This record gives sequence, C-alpha cells and structure tokens, in this order.
Amino acid sequence: MLHIPFISGRKTPWEVIYPNLVLLILSLVVFAAIIYLVFLLASRSSVRTQEWLKYLVFLVPATLLLLIGLVYPTLRTVLMSFMNDDSTEFVGLDNYFWSFTIPEILIVLRNTAIWVFVVPIVSTVLGLSIAYMTDRMKRAAVVKSLIFLPMAISFVGAGVIWKFVYDYQPNLTKPDLGLFSALSKSIGMNPPNWLLESPLNTFLLIVVMVWIQTGFAMVVLSAAMKNVPEEVVEAAMLDGATVFRTFIRVTIPMIRATIVVVLTTISIGTLKVFDIVRTMTGGNFQTNVVANEMYSQTFRQMNYGRGSALAVILLVCVIPIIAYNLRQLKIERTER
Amino acid sequence: MKAPKKARDVFSSPIASAAAIVIAVIWTIPTFGLLVSSIRPEKDINTNGWWNFFIQPSVTFDNYAQVLFAGTGTNPPLVLFFFNSLALTLPAVIFPITLALFAAYALAWFEFKGKDLLFSIIFGLQIVPLQLTLVPLLQLFAKGLSINGFVIIPDFGITGTFIPIWIAHTIYGLPLAIFLLHNFLRQIPRELIEAGRVDGANWFTLFSKIVLPLSVPAIASFSIFQFLWVWNDLLVGLTFGGGVKEVAPMTVRIAEMVGTRGSGWELLTAGAFVSMIVPLIVFFALQRYFVRGLLAGSVKG
Repeated sequence: MLHIPFISGRKTPWEVIYPNLVLLILSLVVFAAIIYLVFLLASRSSVRTQEWLKYLVFLVPATLLLLIGLVYPTLRTVLMSFMNDDSTEFVGLDNYFWSFTIPEILIVLRNTAIWVFVVPIVSTVLGLSIAYMTDRMKRAAVVKSLIFLPMAISFVGAGVIWKFVYDYQPNLTKPDLGLFSALSKSIGMNPPNWLLESPLNTFLLIVVMVWIQTGFAMVVLSAAMKNVPEEVVEAAMLDGATVFRTFIRVTIPMIRATIVVVLTTISIGTLKVFDIVRTMTGGNFQTNVVANEMYSQTFRQMNYGRGSALAVILLVCVIPIIAYNLRQLKIERTER
Repeated sequence: MKAPKKARDVFSSPIASAAAIVIAVIWTIPTFGLLVSSIRPEKDINTNGWWNFFIQPSVTFDNYAQVLFAGTGTNPPLVLFFFNSLALTLPAVIFPITLALFAAYALAWFEFKGKDLLFSIIFGLQIVPLQLTLVPLLQLFAKGLSINGFVIIPDFGITGTFIPIWIAHTIYGLPLAIFLLHNFLRQIPRELIEAGRVDGANWFTLFSKIVLPLSVPAIASFSIFQFLWVWNDLLVGLTFGGGVKEVAPMTVRIAEMVGTRGSGWELLTAGAFVSMIVPLIVFFALQRYFVRGLLAGSVKG
C-alpha cells in the first residue's frame, strides 16, 4: 500500500497552504508578466527580427515541451524496456518474455483484453440506443444530462461510488449496506462477495467504466444523428421501412465514421485507465490490468525494465489507432 | 397518406421515452446513494442501507465537518487537499491553453516547411499513453538531463513542489489543445487575417487584437476539458507529486482513504462528494461548452 509521508505532521493546514499559495500566485504573475513583456518587445522589434521571432515566441515553446516531455520520454521508455530493473545493462527481450510467460501477467493481459473488448462495444451500443431513444423525445435534455453526468466524476470518485454499491456484508444477520447485495437478497439470491469473485469482479469493474463512457458515446452519437438529413429518414419511412429498420439501415450507415471515432476514443481511454482498478480492488483478486501493473512494477517493485515493457505493450496496442486516425486526418485535409 | 409528420410521431414513442427515463434513473442511483449516505449519521450509514434514509430520515453535516477539518492520525484534513487540487488545476489549465493557442496560431497561419508533418506528429502524440513518459520525465525533474557530463537541463530542485505537476499537466494537455484550437483558428476567414496584415499589423498585434478575442469560445471549451481532466486526475498527481502530502490533490487522498479502509463509509462518502462537487458545478453550469469541445474533438467537420 502506498503511504505518503507527511513530512511535517505537526503543521496546521494553513502553515502548509501558505507557502504553496505564495508559489501559486507568484507563478501565475511571473507567467503573465513574461508573456506581456515578450509581446511588448516583440511587437516593437523590426520587421526583419519579427520574421524569426514569431516562430520563437509562438511555435518553439510548445514544440520544445512536447519534445522534452513526450517524444524523448517515449523513446527512452522503449529503450528502458530492453534493459534491466535499474536501466544499467541491456537484457534483450527478457522483459517481454517475462510479460508473456509469467501466469500473473498473462491474467493481467487477459483482463486488459476483456476491458478493451467489452467497454467500447457496450458503451457505444448503449450510447447509440439512448441517443436513438431520446432523438425525438421531449425534455430529452434532463435525461441526457443525467446519463452524461458520470463524465464529470473522477475515476477515483466513481470507484468509491461503486465500491459502495458492491459492498458485501459477511454477517448474514446484519442488514446490507450495498445496493447489489440488498437487491439480490430481495429476489431470494445469496449475494456473492462481489469484488472477490473472479472473473465476476472484472466485469463489475468494467461496469464502472461503461457507466462513465456511455454518456460520452451518447452525446457524440446524438449530435451525429442530428446531422442526418431529415429527408433521407423520411424517404426511407415512406418506402414502408419501420422506424427500427430505418435506424439500422439508414441512420447507422450514415453516422458510421462517428461510431468508429467513438469506439476508438473509448478503446484508448480504456487501455490507459488504472484508477478504477487501483481504487476498487488494488489489482488484487485477479482484476489487474496492464496500466495498473505497469505502475506497480515501476513505482513499487522499482523495476523500470518490466514497467517500461508493459508501457510499450500499451503503446503497441494504440499504434494501429494512431495510424488509422492519421490516415483519416490526411483524407480530411485533402478534402478541404 | 403518410405525412412526414407521422414519422416524427412514431419516433417519439412513449416506450422509447420511458426506457430512456428508466436508464437515466439507473445511471443516477449510485451517485444519489453516495450523496444520501454522506448526510446520514455515522451510526445509520454503517448499520443499514442508504435507502432506509427515506424511512427514518435524519440529516447531519458532521461527516463533512469531520472529513474536511479534522485530520485522522498523521493525515491532514481534506481541506488541505481541496486547496491543493485548486492550486494544481489553475496553472495546469492556464499554462497549456496559452502555449497551445500560440502554437495553434502558428500552425494555422504561418507558412513554413514541415508544417503538415509537425501537425501530424502533434496529432499522433494525443494518443500516446502517459504511462510511457512517466519515468523519464520524473528523472528529468529529479536530476535534470546531461549527456556525457554536458548539462542540457539542470536539476532545478523542484521535486516535492507543485511545479513538476504543473509542467507535466501542461505537456500532457498540449497535443489535444493544439489540435482543437488549430481546427478552430483555421476557420477564421483568411480575409480578416490578410486585412490585418495589410493594415500594417504584425503577427503579434494580429494575435492580440484579432485572433485572441475570436478564440474565446474555443478557449472556454478547452478550459472545461482540461479543468475536468486535471481535477479528476490521479496518475499525474500521484507520480509527479514526489510522494509528498503537501502537494497531493484530493484524488490521491481519497484513493488512499479507500485503500487503507481506516475510515468508515461516513468519511469516505462525504470525502468523495467533496471531491466531486466542483466538477459537478462546472459541468452543470457550462455543459454547453463542454459538449461543444467534445464534439470538436471527436466529430469530423
């Protein structure tokens, strides 16, 4: 378990907050002052100077940050994945052999595959159905807001919410605190210890992610459906197609591109999520996923080699998505 | 005759609407249960289900008072972490938006070689899992960067302060911000930019007089995005906080409260709700902008 040392156990909150508040205000003021000064000086410099100065001011800061903060670390992590635990010698593919042979890690990979398969499909199907149901509904805004609301909640907060839903009371004479246990008893079923039963627990954790992502799918797909020309739908219906058939045969093909975007966006989010697993089971009881195991290997076992290899596995999973999106981007740009 | 009106009537079928309402209710119950629990007395919440609140309602705000202002053991009260979340989020929203707007402006309106390639790379970086960058970036903050003793980035000694978290969030926010803002800035009519150039405005005044005022809606959309992302983040706060409670955000503390199980449901539910309240307010107040940003990021055109 992670224990954060509170360096100054005797300090009052204010004594901790005060220097931090000073740093916060100072940083914001300095940042604003620098930008103000740069603009002041730059707009007064000669036209010739401005020709290169404009790149330095507008383009270089972000590009440099991306180079140092994303490109360099990614390359270095790939390199580290071929090295030992403290990155002092090369070990070839050892870390990858480890990833694909150790039984615990195979379970981690299996779970991740289940997550990436189930979450996008279920969220998208649910989101699409709700978008369809609310498309012509009066006061749909309230319904949509409620389904969309989990998007605003952190994975940690969602973890607490659902851990409470899955709460298990081992003492059968005591009343249940968890909604699921109470509901299953009310239909005469003996509730399992929800988060301890594998593989049930993985699916219960997946429910949390679906609960969050459905709103996203619904909002995006609903907007896409609004863009489908009314005449097309009506023409299909005048031809005698039922409402449902029209939806399947006309609407869905017309918003296909958006459905793909929603599916890929959710897949990527799902690959990276570790907060839910960490908060609800800590990765125990065979619920672990790659993103969480990567964190444990790196920051608890301090094995940078294995942690990096797991991170690279995540990257390899998203590369096809990056490639696909880049192709789409190119098509879009040439169309303009 | 099948009039077009009929189509609309069939669509708004009561069964579909009822189903949608049922789903919305199911979607809300877990959060609602948490909220109800957080205002129940400690004795009630730990002895029976939250739905019993409607049979024997008794309301208390003790849980909130306790979790917010009374620390447990060596743990400081949640109010400190609330401040930290706020202090982390402000610069972590302002910095990336400013820098991204600059870069988006350059990518949208400057003419230079390799522009498309640079934009494609930034677009691709959106998807790179953060996990790949954690250790090397952490080492940069802790030790700087030097090759063969030649110092490229010195060690600034900023570990354990807010600064690494701000910078990390800035970097991670940039690709999406640049992409969204670039798409928006490209829609500014060319004539407007050219007219400004003809009037003798340089690229800097053009930015502050024309581009910045026009970008306000896009900035608002992305700010909400970045705000929710930073406020709700656990990974970056946990990793770049240097393991120090003085700079840890609320998510780190709540995750720890769940893990240690030292605190009962009365503190956990109240604590979780405290961490959710700000994003929920932002969400309900600015939902329109949030949706707009979401659509700009995922629907083409």
